[in-house]
Amino acid sequence: MSTQGGAQLGDPAPGPTMPSAGPPQPARQHLRRDLSGRWLGGVCAGIARRYGVDVWLVRLAFVVAAAAGGIGLAIYALGWLVIPAGDAPSGVRRRLPTGRAAVEVALGTGLLLLSVLLTFRALGLWFSDAIVWPLVLVASGAALIWRGSLGDSRSEAPQTETSPPAAAAPAAGAPAGATVSAVRSPAAVPHRLGSALGNVRGALGALVAETADWRPTAASISRVGVGVALVIAAAFAFLQATGALSAARDVILSVLAVVVVFAVIFAPWILRLVRNLTAERAQRIRSQERAEMAAHLHDSVLQTLAMVQRRAGEPHEVAAIARRQERELRAWLAGRPAPGQVARLAPALEATAAEVEERHGVPVEVVAVGDRDLDPPTEAVVGATREAMTNAAKFGGGSTVDVYAECTDHRLQVFVRDRGPGFDPTAIPPDRRGVRESIVGRMERHGGRATITSAPGAGTEVELLLEADG
Amino acid sequence: MSPPRVLIVDDHSLFRAGVRAELEPLVDLAGEAGTVEEAVEAIAREQPDVVLLDVHMPDGGGVEVIRRTAARETPAPRFLALSVSDAAEDVIAVIRAGARGYVTKSISGEELAGAVRRVNGGDAVFSPRLAGFVLDAFAGPLPQPESELDALTPREREVLQHIARGYMYKEIALRLDISPKTVEAHVSSVLRKLQLSSRHELTRWAAERRLVD
Repeated sequence: MSTQGGAQLGDPAPGPTMPSAGPPQPARQHLRRDLSGRWLGGVCAGIARRYGVDVWLVRLAFVVAAAAGGIGLAIYALGWLVIPAGDAPSGVRRRLPTGRAAVEVALGTGLLLLSVLLTFRALGLWFSDAIVWPLVLVASGAALIWRGSLGDSRSEAPQTETSPPAAAAPAAGAPAGATVSAVRSPAAVPHRLGSALGNVRGALGALVAETADWRPTAASISRVGVGVALVIAAAFAFLQATGALSAARDVILSVLAVVVVFAVIFAPWILRLVRNLTAERAQRIRSQERAEMAAHLHDSVLQTLAMVQRRAGEPHEVAAIARRQERELRAWLAGRPAPGQVARLAPALEATAAEVEERHGVPVEVVAVGDRDLDPPTEAVVGATREAMTNAAKFGGGSTVDVYAECTDHRLQVFVRDRGPGFDPTAIPPDRRGVRESIVGRMERHGGRATITSAPGAGTEVELLLEADG
Repeated sequence: MSPPRVLIVDDHSLFRAGVRAELEPLVDLAGEAGTVEEAVEAIAREQPDVVLLDVHMPDGGGVEVIRRTAARETPAPRFLALSVSDAAEDVIAVIRAGARGYVTKSISGEELAGAVRRVNGGDAVFSPRLAGFVLDAFAGPLPQPESELDALTPREREVLQHIARGYMYKEIALRLDISPKTVEAHVSSVLRKLQLSSRHELTRWAAERRLVD
């Protein structure tokens, strides 16, 4: 029901919005950064897509918030950090030329920050140059580094869309970091570069040229290199401007700056490492479980099915095979130990039933209420139950044998019942006397008792009772 | 009494065909459904007396069918759960959702038809295994029985034990020297307790099932 509410919220946006019908709507329910419609990190586009608001409204809101004390910037940065990048909706391709990717993001970040700071100056709040320019540099560098390492690899993959501007760049093999001072690619937006950013411009030019030959690894490495250089330069500029480099009393400040620098540089890697580890671990557990289950099904169910196919002409045998498999599979599904290694009453009875069933081809149903450890008297009851089951299977005329065991702390009671022809207990044939002894006698030796109820035509029921003293 | 109209709900078409073949001469078949969605529609359309309900189906299974049918205003049919599963949480969850009985798929056609008739008559149907679960759940005295719903009477316990031992209702009546109607009454009373009791074993079992869904 909540999905419907969400859909209504999002209805203003055109396109299919039915929550249940139609193809699945990617990224509709979760907030994802929209890499296909982004300017920077896709935070605004993602929010716009999730809530069905016009992206320009979101951007305007962020700009206003940024201008009003910079809170918008902080929120944007936080959003970039914590909101995972989403898949581009199928069918909608990136509408931005690829040359924009890294360079403009960095440039955009720097310009955005600069514009905010300039706004502040216009309002009469001017910080010293020692802060403003380093900050702009740090922002640009951070954008380069973080974008490259924070899960945006999708956009780094070789871009297949037609991107004539990038392709037109002649400096395909330009060494990374080379100072290509002239921005030769028309893809870039040199006119946007402020003259104050001349030094940045060189680096950007190199990057733009580099995008023409977009090799993910080399490109991202060099991009990160430029980013790191920018951040470090910013730190030095900051220290120089404040006079901290020459003054010993500002050592603490230097250390602080270094720490900040390292945090800026390494935070994304650490974040990504943690994310990757979690994802990998979940994946590993899943595949392990799958392998385990597959192995079990191979050994059991598939084998049995093969056997059933080969013996298709012998219904009785097929039924027995199927039944044994069913029992085994049920035990496995219920998480019970396999027959043969049981030390509790209920599994022991199940295992015994399976054995009798297999030997005589008669279904034996066990219902057990309560459970207890197998001490010698209990084992005797299991033994007597086995004899009773065997009897019922042999003489019960092929009807289902029902076994019911109820056990409390002081009392263990087992009923074994068949729907066979029954017999007159006073006229037990001599060949069954021994069997009866092995039931009644065994129970009595362990302080219990056995009662056999039967009448011709009414089936037979054996009751085994074991009561603790006191 | 005219034979009950029965709707078969199971996501395995092979199994539906088998049940249909077995029940055809014994009851009035209203149709079949293979999904929760189809089942809810077919119940509204056909107005069957009894719905044979598979517990495990995609989209919530039998529990979901009962829940959605109860939400509608049509006269609700009686549900009899029919499943390969004998896990306590499955059985208890579907009974607590409102099914009037639970039988496993190994039941014979004749027994199944009997169970359908009994459910149609307003009685409850307990397989030996279900009886075992109930005895298990109600075993052990509560320190302070909050209501009569949380405990079985000695007679009810006795009836359940006989069901678990494989006795038919008629045989139980004979052995306990009561009328078959009284046996039915006891079983129906146990069903009510099973559905309404707040014993934590029952709520736990039911909750586990819902988690799995």
